[in-house]
Amino acid sequence: MTTLATVLTREERPRRPSALAASLTFGWRAILKIKHVPEQLFDVTAFPIIMTLMFTYLFGGALAGSTKEYLQYLLPGIMVTSVVMITMYTGVGLNTDIEKGVFDRFRTLPIWRPAALVGMIIGDVLRYVLAATTIMLVGLILGFRPAGGVVGVLAGIGLLVVFSFAFSWIWTMFGLLLRSEKSVMGVSMLVLFPLTFLSNVFVNPSTMPGWLQAFVKLNPITHLVAAVRFLMAGTPDAAETMWTLAASAVLLAVFGALTMRLYNRK
Amino acid sequence: MSFAVETTGLVKIFGDNRAVDGVDLQVPRGTVYGLLGPNGAGKTTVVRMLATLLRPDGGTARVFGHDVAKEPDAVRSRVSLTGQYASVDEDLTGTENLVLLARLLGHRRPAARARAAQLLEAFGLTEAATRQVKKYSGGMRRRIDIAASILNTPDLLFLDEPTTGLDPRSRNQVWEIIREVVAHGTTVLLTTQYLDEADRLAGRIAVIDHGKVIAEGTPGSLKASIGAGTVHVRLRDPGRRPEAVSLIAATLDTPVQLDSDPVALTAPAASAEQAARALGALAGAGILVDDFSLGQPSLDEVFLALTAQGAPA
Repeated sequence: MTTLATVLTREERPRRPSALAASLTFGWRAILKIKHVPEQLFDVTAFPIIMTLMFTYLFGGALAGSTKEYLQYLLPGIMVTSVVMITMYTGVGLNTDIEKGVFDRFRTLPIWRPAALVGMIIGDVLRYVLAATTIMLVGLILGFRPAGGVVGVLAGIGLLVVFSFAFSWIWTMFGLLLRSEKSVMGVSMLVLFPLTFLSNVFVNPSTMPGWLQAFVKLNPITHLVAAVRFLMAGTPDAAETMWTLAASAVLLAVFGALTMRLYNRK
Repeated sequence: MSFAVETTGLVKIFGDNRAVDGVDLQVPRGTVYGLLGPNGAGKTTVVRMLATLLRPDGGTARVFGHDVAKEPDAVRSRVSLTGQYASVDEDLTGTENLVLLARLLGHRRPAARARAAQLLEAFGLTEAATRQVKKYSGGMRRRIDIAASILNTPDLLFLDEPTTGLDPRSRNQVWEIIREVVAHGTTVLLTTQYLDEADRLAGRIAVIDHGKVIAEGTPGSLKASIGAGTVHVRLRDPGRRPEAVSLIAATLDTPVQLDSDPVALTAPAASAEQAARALGALAGAGILVDDFSLGQPSLDEVFLALTAQGAPA
């Protein structure tokens, strides 16, 4: 029989976990939460399927003559749009999570400070992978034929996931900054709609007015979509890929730092 | 260095509210120290600063000699916090919560699992191990919360209102746990609104109101500072009360209070000997007594007296 007296021993304490080990442990927490609340996977499966079907059949005939032809152009873009839109749930999730007492406990543990947030996003990365895979499967069924083959597709999804991981830190910042889940949603929509639609996702930017082209060219989503398209087409473009990786690094550095500042002050 | 917690002039301001307004505390090691006060007195804010969750706006706070603002990691490795609201993840099961925290404290997976199972058993939660914490009763939740705080036996345990909202049986279980934890050398800083709880558990108490410590000392000394003991008498025959009143007043040389109950009266007594003489005088006059007791003033009386002094006139 284990009694309270037996558990209150003063054994030597284990050494504190490394930054990676602590982050992965928090990632495990995120997976456990998915296991207990599987409904949350609806966002990353049904939503991407609807997006893909809707835009393929809505614009396909008008823009490219046939849906199948349009799909070759649209699929990498709609994949980026869906996954980038899903990143906002990171902020919503953090906002609801942090109101509960459990974060007080996490923040009093002697561990690498960002681990709780990094782990949370690691869990979200799994959701991004799931969403991207879902869209790819739907695309393949509808007739998407990437010339880059398996390697090209995996590289494209990989780049998208790297960018989304970095992009998620915008939402952790808002999740900590804003008061309610609703306001996080509101701000997310305000940022995400222009960012994803004012890009090269749906149409070729050369048909747009000059001022809009200027915005589209600066938009990191444009470069990400271009890089993913090239990778999946089997003709990787070093410039677009580097541009995307550099944008990811900047996003992570800026919003990661802002997030940690807010997290430490909360 | 001999104190577990030492604060001087600790201040925390929220907007224009001085939630903590110059608090000095010295918590001896290996004891239960009670922070007693009503809702909104600033108890939780003090604890959150000591647990490195909030930065002080003024003054200093040291935990085992480490400054909470300058060496937060050194503080974090020695303390555990059980907050006012469940500080475990309600979506996860009891086992998952404890394994998660054990892993974060650096235990390897098998050791973490073993430690979780051991704690669940010690806290009588083995049967609930695979249930989500949100399905736990209030008492079970408190126990898993405290279990999570002693995964590594901490040197200092913060318990923020650990029994608020619990039924008497669960409350007694939590008290037993606290006594056991202290018996094993952990210092406990306990906040409570219940005078009874502070009186039973704490070696020393700081009474906090409006962000300030208005009194500090052992439960006994706090009571003594308010006045000596009180004699409570219940007579068999209400008709003889006037006679009893004049007898006791003469013996103790103090005014006697008449209770609303027609057979009861109370009077302050400086010592047990005096009280015994009062009882003797009643017996000598043939006045039958149903109940006779000498009590210290309750902490309720202490608290009311102290807060009334602190309130603006």
